[in-house]
Amino acid sequence: MSRTIKGGIHPPEHKELSENASPRVYEAEGELIYPLSQHIGRPAKPVVKKGDHVLVGQKIADADGFVSACICSSCSGIVKAVEKRRTNAGTYGECIVIDNDGQFTEAPDYGREVSCDDLTNEEIIGKIRDAGIIGMGGAGFPTAVKLMPKDPGAIRHVIVNGAECEPYITCDDQLMRTRAADIVEGLQIVMRLFPHAEGVILIEDNKPEAIAAMTAAAAGQEHVRVVVARTKYPQGGEKSVISLVTGIYTKVSELPAEAGCIVDNVATILAIRNAVRFSKPLVRRMVTVTGDAVKTPSNLIVRIGTNAEELVAAAGGIREGVTLEKALFGGPMMGVAVADLSVPIQKGSNALTLLAHDEAMDAQREMTACIRCGRCARVCPMGLVPEMMAEAVERKDYESYEKKFYGLECIQCGSCTFICPAKRPLTQLFKIAKAEIMAKAAKKPVPSGKEDK
Amino acid sequence: MSGIMIATVVLAVIGIVVGVSLVSVGRKFHVDTDPRVTEIRDCLPGNNCGACGYAGCDAMAEAIAAGKAPVSGCPVGGAPAAEQIGKIMGVDADAEERKIAFVRCKGSCDVTKERGEYVGIHDCRAAVLSGISIWECDYGCVGFGSCVSVCPADAIHVENGVAIVDRKKCIGCGLCAKACPKHLIELIPESRTQAVRCSNHDKGRAVRNVCNAGCIGCGLCVRQCAYDAIHVDGNLAHIDYAKCELCGKCDDKCPAHIIADLREGN
Repeated sequence: MSRTIKGGIHPPEHKELSENASPRVYEAEGELIYPLSQHIGRPAKPVVKKGDHVLVGQKIADADGFVSACICSSCSGIVKAVEKRRTNAGTYGECIVIDNDGQFTEAPDYGREVSCDDLTNEEIIGKIRDAGIIGMGGAGFPTAVKLMPKDPGAIRHVIVNGAECEPYITCDDQLMRTRAADIVEGLQIVMRLFPHAEGVILIEDNKPEAIAAMTAAAAGQEHVRVVVARTKYPQGGEKSVISLVTGIYTKVSELPAEAGCIVDNVATILAIRNAVRFSKPLVRRMVTVTGDAVKTPSNLIVRIGTNAEELVAAAGGIREGVTLEKALFGGPMMGVAVADLSVPIQKGSNALTLLAHDEAMDAQREMTACIRCGRCARVCPMGLVPEMMAEAVERKDYESYEKKFYGLECIQCGSCTFICPAKRPLTQLFKIAKAEIMAKAAKKPVPSGKEDK
Repeated sequence: MSGIMIATVVLAVIGIVVGVSLVSVGRKFHVDTDPRVTEIRDCLPGNNCGACGYAGCDAMAEAIAAGKAPVSGCPVGGAPAAEQIGKIMGVDADAEERKIAFVRCKGSCDVTKERGEYVGIHDCRAAVLSGISIWECDYGCVGFGSCVSVCPADAIHVENGVAIVDRKKCIGCGLCAKACPKHLIELIPESRTQAVRCSNHDKGRAVRNVCNAGCIGCGLCVRQCAYDAIHVDGNLAHIDYAKCELCGKCDDKCPAHIIADLREGN
């Protein structure tokens, strides 16, 4: 019996669409767009201006402060503009636009091989920072910051997160199948930073090929083991991964380092390896283009900044006879719906899910009152009671939401909304509540709107 | 002795003991209440809307009497209430003029198009948090009526996709301005009747692409104004209410007709 997390759900996987599609390289044709805010923290500061000529791997925006990440160009060409463009967050954001010359001329240092033994730990972290690597599973926390906990000696586990519990997405699966040895090499580089850590590769049991490949690659490596977990959503969430490997439950306010863990997605680990060993900044990533509206669901290796429309075309376009009802960046559980596809692929974009049928629309039509079945509480991976939390939000009682029901612990995984037979928009209510509470906490607690005279 | 006498005496003794102790305890633990609190409370409108930031009119009255809140702190009562309270507190009420909410967007369903179909909770904040841009214009009114649900005076309504204030009913509490996730609602002095009904900071052509009724920042209004009261800042016209003399020339010349003349009643 393989292990699994408390709570959770098992939505239809739909991974069969793209799980056996071998990765294909797609080279961008049109202009490439780099939003300055692809990560958690301060947006990057542009270091190029309109008219500059840039090369692949050249830094075009620098990190602004400690918790921030730089951005490197993924193509060669002329900087067309630094202006507001629509990003996959739905709104306009400041972006660097580069007119791709199609040559992909590399910067002089790009791809230079370095032996890891020649580097100090500080140099390794420096290389990771200069490569602009962020968490590529979606959250986008700058990796260099994550790798600098207060006490590196207290880190017991470096976890490579290959759970990929989100339905439809298969890019991590394909990475593990095709790049197993490189991922283990990346893991060894990270483990060098933490003297007492063991390496754990976590994979769900719906990916037997990936498990076989990773087990073979990890064989003979000291302190590296593969952990297989029973397929369940949201097992790939950081909190779930930590509880699965260590048995420690962490709060939302606690960092993984406090439980002695460093958790990185497989794509991030691979990016670390490429950055440290081959001086390649983060300029490409694998993106799964899938869904029942796509002609040939594919796993594409694309340059960051590529227009999502080009990716859809590369995957054969929309199937004949169906209309695209819903386009999501990411999977159906955590993904963000976009109104149009003319937005760039970012560092954290793991998938593009194109659906011919919008189930959310049906759900809204069928919504009824809460029937108090308690299924939401049973599936909550954080052990919360979504039903009570939702009631508190509906009567705008944010204090109870926070203090009585620990609503800030919600990781917004959507399991409760998925399981709810009354089709209540629970996760969305929690999103509002968290935003309200955060906004209130950010302001000074002065009751009067006006200054005392 | 008959039973009735015993009962009377016992009750009388209990009554005297309780009475004496109540009086003495009452004297010992006497708390001075400020008589002004009641007077101030009578001057306040009594909506208990909470726009002042306090839990209600009672809490506000106490705060004013204790000197923690300004005498003009009630946005609903405005100048008249502030004057009365100022008399009670013995200070000059330099109250501002009564204010009325104004929605800086004219983007109704007729002039701007829908971009994405939003599914979920019918609330502007929820829609904005979902990240979907429902309308072509990213600055404009979402139209789900978060402002309507907080209005204590039934003075704001969503008509044809954009919120409109009923100036007669508005009490100027400002709750709608706080509720709007797009920060479109502004409180402007009652006597000021010219105001810009757009919040789009994009360049002219970008505005035209998304909305037929947006400010394109052409600056015609600036040239019309004889009082230096209107300026284009960040591709959007702004009126300096302190300088505006209400001549209405800017309104007549505006090619997009986004300067509202509120004299005509919206």
